Amino acid sequence: MIGTVAPRRIESGGPAVLALAALAWLALLIGAPMATVFVQALSKGLGAFLDAFKEPDGLAAIRLTLLVAVIAVPLNAAFGLAAAWSIAKFNFRGKALLLTLIDLPLSLSPVVSGLVWVLLFGARGWFGPMLEAGGIKIIFAVPGILLGTILVTVPLVARELIPLMAEQGADEELAATTLGSGGWTTFRRVTIPNVRWALLHGVLLSNARAMGEFGAVSVLSGHIRGLTETLPLHVEALYNDYDFVGAFASASLLAGLAIVTLVAKTALERAGHLAAAKGSAF
Amino acid sequence: MTLTVDGIAKRFGHFPALAGVSLEARDGEFLTLLGPSGSGKTTLLRVLAGLDKPDYGRVLVDGADFLALSARERRVGLVFQQYALFRHMTVARNIAFGLDVRPARSRPSRAAIKARVDELLALARIEGLGGRYPAQLSGGQRQRVAVARALAVEPQLLLLDEPFGALDTKVRKELRGELRRIHDATGVTTILVTHDQEEAMALADRVVLMNHGRIEQIGTPEELDAAPASPFVFEFLGDCNRLPCEVVDGVALFDGFTAPTLGGDRQAGRGEALFRPSDVRLDSAPTADGLPVRIVAMGGRGALRSVECQALSGHRVTAELPEHLAGHLEVGQRVKLTVRRVVVDVTKPSSPERSAQLAKSA
Repeated sequence: MIGTVAPRRIESGGPAVLALAALAWLALLIGAPMATVFVQALSKGLGAFLDAFKEPDGLAAIRLTLLVAVIAVPLNAAFGLAAAWSIAKFNFRGKALLLTLIDLPLSLSPVVSGLVWVLLFGARGWFGPMLEAGGIKIIFAVPGILLGTILVTVPLVARELIPLMAEQGADEELAATTLGSGGWTTFRRVTIPNVRWALLHGVLLSNARAMGEFGAVSVLSGHIRGLTETLPLHVEALYNDYDFVGAFASASLLAGLAIVTLVAKTALERAGHLAAAKGSAF
Repeated sequence: MTLTVDGIAKRFGHFPALAGVSLEARDGEFLTLLGPSGSGKTTLLRVLAGLDKPDYGRVLVDGADFLALSARERRVGLVFQQYALFRHMTVARNIAFGLDVRPARSRPSRAAIKARVDELLALARIEGLGGRYPAQLSGGQRQRVAVARALAVEPQLLLLDEPFGALDTKVRKELRGELRRIHDATGVTTILVTHDQEEAMALADRVVLMNHGRIEQIGTPEELDAAPASPFVFEFLGDCNRLPCEVVDGVALFDGFTAPTLGGDRQAGRGEALFRPSDVRLDSAPTADGLPVRIVAMGGRGALRSVECQALSGHRVTAELPEHLAGHLEVGQRVKLTVRRVVVDVTKPSSPERSAQLAKSA
């Protein structure tokens, strides 16, 4: 959940020291590496930095990363809405199981999330021979990368929505129904607006994770340059080639994405709090 | 419109929420469904709104099958316990919702919707609040918005589920009057669910008193007061004293006095008499008839005083007397007690054990 409790004002010296210590620790742990990324990327000047994005393999990696996000994020949003809606507003058999399954990818190592697809669709997997006969390629190809990314990011929207929708209950939807509103109208005009901030927040998180996923994608991609390399894989490949400027330039894109996500997330929280003060729900 | 509920039964698992309920609401009537929690009143309301399906029975509106219609098609105005206002919409948008969502061919024009919203804001006396969001309203204002929103679609039936539950006493009384005024102005047949007998009696044309999924009695507040159909009805509608007695020919016999019995069980035999503190008389004359009691406590201020008495048997009785009759009484004084009218519960035989139990609990 995003709603945060307003912190108490720091009045005595003790909390101030603790806060400073925490800040220093975070600066060391996050600030320094982040700064390194940009310093290294620009170490040979802006020209060398920009060259990294003119290289066809780099461009292909960016395109593939965007493609994966554009497909995975809407699917996650649709699934997240459907799952949260059913869990929060209805009682049915197997609800607890569904909740557990949604959480499962979070506790699973991404490598495993990649491997399961290899076991299913790989050349020696259960469906491998069948797929090969049909000429369909999933593993070491874009569909595999997509499956891995979706498996890793599938809980992110649902987990944002479930607690909020459960807290809101179904009374507003029932009220809309008795006022003559049909299912789709109620969904569009009552349910979605009530969760819009949480939904956007989930989409944002899901997007950042989909673009940055390494483990699962690494297992599934096959590392074919210009074809099955996403941005994170491309960074690793360049680094292994001792192309530090190229590696850090590509990494700076991902770091930039993290910063944009952070800023957008903060802006969303602000908007949500304003809306909550005005009566709209977060 | 006339509403007929005929033999409605509904179970949740093994729990019979409604065990065969039949009633009729006349056009423009204000009914209250009164009963303790678990008596089935809210379930009945949800069945009428189309949110629950009954297992058995029929519901007719002007003779036509109402259960065949979905909640969406019923044109029932439902006011929820917590009001369920759309939190992301202004008050005006909330009220307009039922008109806004109509299919294009039956939707009123924008200007007509606005006029209707203004009219309802005025009816509910919340002019000027149209631009606010629900979170910016007080509990009482929210309830007014909920009623206005329900009335916007010109419902055939207005249903309210404990609409005063979330409000404090002062606002509650004020809104009670407002609701009755709105009902009288619109003439819409109204059914309100409450567990508060004072509220039910103050608002209703007729009260439907429910218990364990059945109707105990339907009647005007006066009828329920004057002729309670069962000891449960009598007990639910006000404070009660209990004394063991014997019934012969509709008259309850006590030590030293008799009292006429009201409605309820007319069987002869031993039983327990139920009576209101306001029906108790105390006489300090030594020669007076009545049950000899001793005053053990006095309380209350203003026009009504409560006097706590104890009989020789140990039974305690509370009397509620006007100030001028209680003025000369004092704690420790011995007086004679008589009762104006009682309801006798012969289902609880006045065995020695029961008497002892009563005396102890008193």
